[in-house]
Parts: sequence; C-alpha cells; structure tokens
Amino acid sequence: MWKRDEAVKPTGPGTPAGPASPAQQTQAPAQPETRRQQMMERDVVNIGKSVVIKGELNGSEDLTVEGHVEGKIELRDHVLTIGPNGKIKAQVFAKAVIVLGEVNGNVTATEKVDIRDGGSVDGDIVSPRVAIAEGAHFRGAVDMQRKPGQSQPQGQGQPQARPAQPQQSQQQQSQPSQPSNVPSQPVSAH
Amino acid sequence: MSLSDLFSRKRKDESDAAEGGADSPVFPTKALAKFLSSLNGKSQPLLLDLGPVVGTNVTFFGEELGCKILVENVFKDIDRHVAEGKLDELPAFLSQRLPQEEGSVDGILCWDIFDYVDKKSAEALAKQLVRILRPDGALLAQFSTSAPATNSATYTKYVVIDRQNLQYRPYTAARGKQKPLLNRDIQRMFEPLRVTEQFLLKNNLREVLLRKPSASSHSAAD
Repeated sequence: MWKRDEAVKPTGPGTPAGPASPAQQTQAPAQPETRRQQMMERDVVNIGKSVVIKGELNGSEDLTVEGHVEGKIELRDHVLTIGPNGKIKAQVFAKAVIVLGEVNGNVTATEKVDIRDGGSVDGDIVSPRVAIAEGAHFRGAVDMQRKPGQSQPQGQGQPQARPAQPQQSQQQQSQPSQPSNVPSQPVSAH
Repeated sequence: MSLSDLFSRKRKDESDAAEGGADSPVFPTKALAKFLSSLNGKSQPLLLDLGPVVGTNVTFFGEELGCKILVENVFKDIDRHVAEGKLDELPAFLSQRLPQEEGSVDGILCWDIFDYVDKKSAEALAKQLVRILRPDGALLAQFSTSAPATNSATYTKYVVIDRQNLQYRPYTAARGKQKPLLNRDIQRMFEPLRVTEQFLLKNNLREVLLRKPSASSHSAAD
C-alpha cells in the first residue's frame, strides 16, 4: 500500500529521482505508525460525558462509556470500559468489562470483569474471572463459572434482571436463563 | 505502564497504608480448610459473605469452589445504625435483613460479626442465618474469647491468603467489640445447627464451624 502511494507521489522538478534522503528514510516508518494509531483509535468508540443513551446499545468494537446509559449494553466479543464519569443503569453483556465509574445492573462477561479502585457495581456479576480492587464498591452476587475442562457443570447462564434494591430471591438468581437474542439496533441518543 | 496506572497504584498503596493493608499480620486458620472441604462436593454452591467486599476473597472462593458468592456487608449496617443512633432497632432490622429464601445458601462466612453486636441482635441475625442455610450447609464464624484490651473501634477485614492463612486488616468502625459470647450462648443461638469443629487460636479467637443437619438425619433423630 505504501509503496504504491510513494510511487504515485508527484516529485518536484528539482527532486532527485534516486533513493530517499536519510531524513526521509527516518520519517517514512513514522507515517504508517501514526495511521495505525489513528485506525486503533477509530476501533475504540468513546461515549462522552454529556451523552445520555436510553435504550439498547449493541456493537462490534471496544467501547468506552463516560456518559450515561440506561437500558442494555451488548458487546459480546469486545471490551466495555465504564470510565470514571460513566454511569450505567443497564444490563451489560461483553467479553470483558472494566469498571471505573458506576454500574447499576447485572454484568455478564465471557472473559473478565474488573472493578477498579473507585469503580462501583450494584448488581450481579457472571464471569469466569472477577477482580475487585481495594477501594471499589460492589453489592450483589458473583457467579464465577468453572471452565469447561473442570469437573463442575456450567449450568449458570445470565442472571435474571436485578431490581434496584437487592430483594431478589436466590431461587430466581440460580435459575439458568437463556441468552437474549436481540437483533442489533442502532444506538439511539436522547 | 501508563501514568494513570502509576497514580492508581499510589492511591492503592495509600489506602492500604490507611487500612493497614500490605503489612497487616497474617494468622493461621484451621477452620477455613474444613469449611472449604465441606462445600467441595457440591455443584455450584451458593456462598454468603457477611463481611466487606474483598476482591482476593471473591477470586479465591470462586476459583476454589466454582461457587456463586453473595456479599451482604452487615458491618456497614451496624455502622449506619450507630451513626443514626438507632441501635435499639438493630435486632428488628437484622431479622429482616437477608432476603434469601429458606434453605437456599450452602455456606456462610460470618467472620467476627457477632463480636460487634449485642446479644439480642446476635440472636436475630443467627436465626436468619439458620433459616437460609441449606441442610448439610456450613457456617464459619469467629468469636473473641476475651474482652478487647483496648477500646479501639476497628473492624477486621479477613483476607484469604490460602487455605491455612488469613491476613487481618483493621479498618475504622463505628463501635468496638462487645462482650464476648460464651460457647453455650453460641450453641443455643444457632440451634439446630451443630458445632462440628472449634479451634482456639493463639490470637484469642475461636473459630467455629457449624453444620446444619441434613434432612435425613433430622428425620432419623425424630
């Protein structure tokens, strides 16, 4: 791709057609690096502080939430980061969830849930790996399913929706539930 | 390592120091291993922790037992009642505190919660714990053997190091330890649970493991 770009680059009248000068040689690798960074930045979507989303949020890329989300967040194969300013009142499904802000609702991750210092989760967590840092707030149940290779069966699915107050019976919590099969919808911001 | 990581590590170190974190003493535990083995055979047991949330404990119990862990920080409730000057309402509150269904929990970690409540509140809480514990379930609790030497109001965060060791991390409490309960009181309070193991540790703590008789042994006794 880059060779083609350079080949079509118009050269000035006085520019020698031979090999590039040392200065050009050092600058050349920096350009793809910048582009790569730009592309990576494009892959992580950021929901800013002032954004309020009510509804269902589906996506196929990593997401950082600094604003407010109410409803449901589903990033099955990607990482969801709730930033320090993020406030989530929703059920969350993702590959990995990193919490630095506030989450009120059940969190289900196929890989890991990480509640960092200052982060808060009020709801049930279902994930094979859970890390709760010192200084983090958590209220609810943690369900760390065993890995398939281990002897215990993997009966637990996603937890039932957790009401604002944790007055839910354990029988309800321990019931296996079906994964929701919701068609993807565009993000609706209000 | 990013700059934010450095800052968060610094904050963590500071909070550890405030709570007596990393350099807190480690004491052996005899009952924890017994508690774990009593739950090991169960498929996805439900564990109730009455202490504050400790990340390493959640990871430890989750990995050891593949269990579901429910954290209900009762120490916070005591603090709130002290702060509001409503300690007389604590027994009534504790008798409604746990929403779990009867016989739904396989294991309960009480830590030393009973040292911080009066006898009436302790009885109310114990009654609820007996109710929600499943037949053949286990309950682990620690009790002081003597009145505290100092009147310092601190709770202890018990951090599981491994099956044999706990780290004791003190942190600020709204009230100090109350008059220690006698063995007889403990047995009566938790009836019909049976004390299956009792260890007197060098640090003046009694570790008590109680089991709820299984339904079959109950009917056989009748």
